[in-house]
Amino acid sequence: MSTNGAYYIPHKAVWPVMATAGLMLMLAGFANYLNGSSIGSGMMLTGFVAFLVMLGLWFALQSTESESGMYNHGVGISYRMGMMWFIFSEVMFFAVFFGALWYARNISIPHLGEGGMISGPGRSTHDVLWPAFEAVWPTNGPGKVGGDFEPMGAFGLPFINTLLLLSSGVTCTWAHHGLLAKNRGQLIKGLLATVGLGFLFVAFQATEYYEAYHEMGLTLGSGIYGSTFFMLTGFHGFHVCVGAIILSVVLFRSWKGHFTPENHFAFEAAAWYWHFVDVVWLGLFIFVYIL
Amino acid sequence: MSAVVAEHDDHHDHHDHGPEKGFLRWIITTNHKDIGTMYLVFALIMFFVGGTMALIIRSELFEPGLQFVDPQFFNSMTTMHALVMVFGAVMPAFVGLANWMIPMMIGAPDMALPRMNNMSFWMLVAGVLLLASTLFMEGGAPAAGWTLYPPLVLQTGKAFPFAIFSVHLLGISSIMGAINVIATIFNMRAPGMTLMKMPLFVWTWLITAFLLIAIMPVFAGAVTMLLTDRFFDTSFFDAAGGGDPVLYQHIFWFFGHPEVYVMILPTFGVASTIIPVFARKPLFGYASMVYATGAIAFLSFIVWAHHMFTVGLPVAGELYFMYATMLIAIPTGVKVFNWTATMWKGSMTFETPMLFSIAFVVLFTMGGFTGLMMSVAPSDFQYHDTYFIVAHFHYTLVPASIFILMAAGYYWLPKWTGHMYNEKIGQLHFWLSAISVNILFFPQHFLGLAGMPRRIPDYAIQFADWNMVSSIGAFIYGFSQLLFVYIVIDTIRGGTGEKVTDEVWEDAAKHGLEWTVPSPAPYHTFTTPPAVIPTEHF
Repeated sequence: MSTNGAYYIPHKAVWPVMATAGLMLMLAGFANYLNGSSIGSGMMLTGFVAFLVMLGLWFALQSTESESGMYNHGVGISYRMGMMWFIFSEVMFFAVFFGALWYARNISIPHLGEGGMISGPGRSTHDVLWPAFEAVWPTNGPGKVGGDFEPMGAFGLPFINTLLLLSSGVTCTWAHHGLLAKNRGQLIKGLLATVGLGFLFVAFQATEYYEAYHEMGLTLGSGIYGSTFFMLTGFHGFHVCVGAIILSVVLFRSWKGHFTPENHFAFEAAAWYWHFVDVVWLGLFIFVYIL
Repeated sequence: MSAVVAEHDDHHDHHDHGPEKGFLRWIITTNHKDIGTMYLVFALIMFFVGGTMALIIRSELFEPGLQFVDPQFFNSMTTMHALVMVFGAVMPAFVGLANWMIPMMIGAPDMALPRMNNMSFWMLVAGVLLLASTLFMEGGAPAAGWTLYPPLVLQTGKAFPFAIFSVHLLGISSIMGAINVIATIFNMRAPGMTLMKMPLFVWTWLITAFLLIAIMPVFAGAVTMLLTDRFFDTSFFDAAGGGDPVLYQHIFWFFGHPEVYVMILPTFGVASTIIPVFARKPLFGYASMVYATGAIAFLSFIVWAHHMFTVGLPVAGELYFMYATMLIAIPTGVKVFNWTATMWKGSMTFETPMLFSIAFVVLFTMGGFTGLMMSVAPSDFQYHDTYFIVAHFHYTLVPASIFILMAAGYYWLPKWTGHMYNEKIGQLHFWLSAISVNILFFPQHFLGLAGMPRRIPDYAIQFADWNMVSSIGAFIYGFSQLLFVYIVIDTIRGGTGEKVTDEVWEDAAKHGLEWTVPSPAPYHTFTTPPAVIPTEHF
């Protein structure tokens, strides 16, 4: 359990504070952009690039240290705990948006359409403001915010995307088995397939969004249906991109000969993250697309 | 360090030496003591920034009528005072204590993830800078209250996106800090330091860290929806689009209620650490303290809607949240009884840390009881959004969290600096604080029960007397905190000149590992794990 006898205490590094400065510049730039300031987008882009470069240099340092054998078993445990709890925090982040979807469908919509589970003073919203509104799903609300739209069906692109992500989970595990069996060819092929399937997923998702915006009238502004649909699938798509980039870095490192069956935290972390993204998609497919 | 490291000398030549010279040391440090110090100093500065805002509020409320500030700015002050105190002062102060003390208390050489530790501090600074910048923007700083309820908060001026991103940065900072605490406690304990031998401060921080990881992403999600509602046409909190402003309140308080326990659980931990030392007895009911902390943390997730009794919940919901909230009094009562029983028949002495701790037990109990009053849903319809609420939560934060942070400062300053603080001025600081804090907040109970609403710059004439008393208390309290700054600086520069021992307080080494290392604590402690683990609390 305890490992502190030989724990590696890293030397100081400038990358964490520089990355923070980059992120802050990016967010301040984004805020300025939203406020309509002309310097906003430049600031945002500069900050974003700085953030990525600093993060990249930090990770490069970590991988050099790892490959030179500085990280012992105890350090590996700390990293794994860190990744595990980071993923838990991500679960909570997605839970908010799933919760908002649940709340809209089970509380606010029935409530606005009369009846429902809420009685009492709130009923007057229906009676006074929107007596004609009936509770149905999908909806863009009693104000028909965003105009007419067509909801996204489950068994076109989304179903293909489900199959893509599920198979990418399999190829990822296959790559892991290759790593453990010291079969580098299998490791690299497995990772290539995983990254490929990930980016294919993103491409299909982009196609789906394009159709939604241009043919179905479905936008982020299409009331609560559009809001929950695009925020949930959008944040998920963003996480797929991040996961695929992480896996690409792991692929690059595998190709350079990094990782051993005993020492491959980066691979494990990336795989965990990928499976997490996979599970979130299953939740999305059920609650956003099918139900 | 092993031979593996010796091959990379160019990278880590400083491992077994003291800190580097120069300013850069502080910017890029990964040492838990340096980072702890930065957190503590930052928190103390923010305590005075937030305190100044509080004094602006109390000046305006000294008399009825509008005197000094316009109502918009007044509302900005109540909002910013809360945000600065919660996210800039109290939380960072406890993270600072965690950084300094957890590795020393469990016999670890540092925090588990030192580089991330550095990053979480700077994320905090970045978040607070963004927040502070809103004070100078067109339309003023956020003025909708620290809860940022829509639709009111959507009317904020240019400050709006800055405030949202500030919350994101503060959230990232807290999550990284919490992950670090968990990894440190689970992975870095010295051999023999079993979970049930850990000092209570370590236990309470472990549980606090779980709370933080679970709730900060929730808050981040809530403010993200505010941002998209304002700028990207979403309808999460807009009934016309099928959303609901009450949804925001549910999400916010799902975060907000555990959040207030984030500020109080480490408080409990420090009190449980200090009281046994000055009562010269083991902590009474160690195991029950641990379980009570866990129970409070669990309950904090299932009581959030007691902040929303007047929003139009179904009666079944009101009943559920009322009874669930009342349950919290049980584990909290266990704690208060245990502290009292620890002191019972102890050979007590009353140095400044102990005085602040005893005052905490008494005054926090009072804040707890008013909480119990408000948990009764029908009564809460009377108390809701009045000064009674203001009095309640200030009793649980100022003479509880802040008093215990002061106690922690006095208790550990000799270990941090190697010098003894001036006990006479410390006691003066205590008595001025303890008396004035009651002059400041006790009358607010009366004001609230009489119907004075919170967050208003002006009030009816019948509230004038107690507001004046409260404002006088505020100024005495505020200015007496300057004594603490004097003491900290004085102690760093030599204090009383008395040479403190490793143990500092009589028999303290029986209670915690931090008293077995030299005073001041060297830059690196426990590079080899300690041989003997104190088991005094059994």
